Amino acid sequence: MAEAWDFLRTDKMPHIWCPGCGHGVMMNALLRTMAKLDVNKDDICVVSGIGCASRLPGYLDFNTLHTTHGRALAFATGIKLANPRLKVIVVSGDGDATAIGGNHLIHAARRNMDITLICMNNNIYGMTNGQYSPMTPTSMLATTAPYGNLERNFDLCKLVEGCGANYVARATAAHPRNISQYIEYALTHKGFQFVEVMTQCPTYYGRRNKLGGPVEMINSLKQNTILNTAAAKLPPEKLEGKIQIGEFVKKEELTYLDRFDAMVDRITGGVKP
Amino acid sequence: MSPEKKGQMPVEINQKWCKACGLCYALCPKKVLEGDEWGKAFVAHPEDCIKCQTCEIMCPDLAVKVVALRKATKEDE
Repeated sequence: MAEAWDFLRTDKMPHIWCPGCGHGVMMNALLRTMAKLDVNKDDICVVSGIGCASRLPGYLDFNTLHTTHGRALAFATGIKLANPRLKVIVVSGDGDATAIGGNHLIHAARRNMDITLICMNNNIYGMTNGQYSPMTPTSMLATTAPYGNLERNFDLCKLVEGCGANYVARATAAHPRNISQYIEYALTHKGFQFVEVMTQCPTYYGRRNKLGGPVEMINSLKQNTILNTAAAKLPPEKLEGKIQIGEFVKKEELTYLDRFDAMVDRITGGVKP
Repeated sequence: MSPEKKGQMPVEINQKWCKACGLCYALCPKKVLEGDEWGKAFVAHPEDCIKCQTCEIMCPDLAVKVVALRKATKEDE
């Protein structure tokens, strides 16, 4: 059986992420899923934009592409249309996917493009010294919000659900087995598959907000989460401040490529050129 | 499952990749792992390991490997 390390570019390790970075936990879970599915390296293409999270494809031994800030989904759409046999995975941070690439995110989900998007949400722009992002919760501190963030953050899963994605799930770095489970589902199904992974940034987010080191942040992630099936049975006042994890949407609607193939058949009358 | 040979560690830690974040030994349910003076993990109580793989799965640097589990499954095959 394949091991997680078989899919790693070991000459590029150790990676550049800080000690205790949640992106590493997520990469570990992703590689474990790849090993479990025993994928062929040539059938996978991993695309990323710019940011801490977007360094991930550099360590993976698949077809990989490091693109411009926020445009990973646009590049991935092109790759998928050019070579539909490839399994295209986009890894992206919260700043990359929701701020600069927010437009690409909603439209990729609306088209139901056959792409798996894994958004690593660490609540901050880590690579550029900790500015607040659209995912920084209200009143939390950041370099550009020294008196607390005034803005509200996205509920990313609800946003992508509203855009029409086929699969929407959320896990945290404290639940790596759930990450693996959700990514496995995402990789084996068609349509726009979205997995949000809440990760800890001990260096900028944790230090500025005095949340402690990686261990304390993982423990608080563990304590502040609740599975969505359990949350459905609880009154709303008990869910305040809790992060809901789990699978929110599971649909098998027609994808962009399904509709494209149907259109080609309709125009050519089923005759292959 | 055969018992581990004397002196063989159930968990291997790649010291070159370990960044001393402390997640593995903080989350180990049996406290098999401990941190050295630099905070890097080492196997302190190998006999207590229950091979739950928490350390391996939680390691952000992929530096931890539960080797005992792999040897056992190979022998079973």
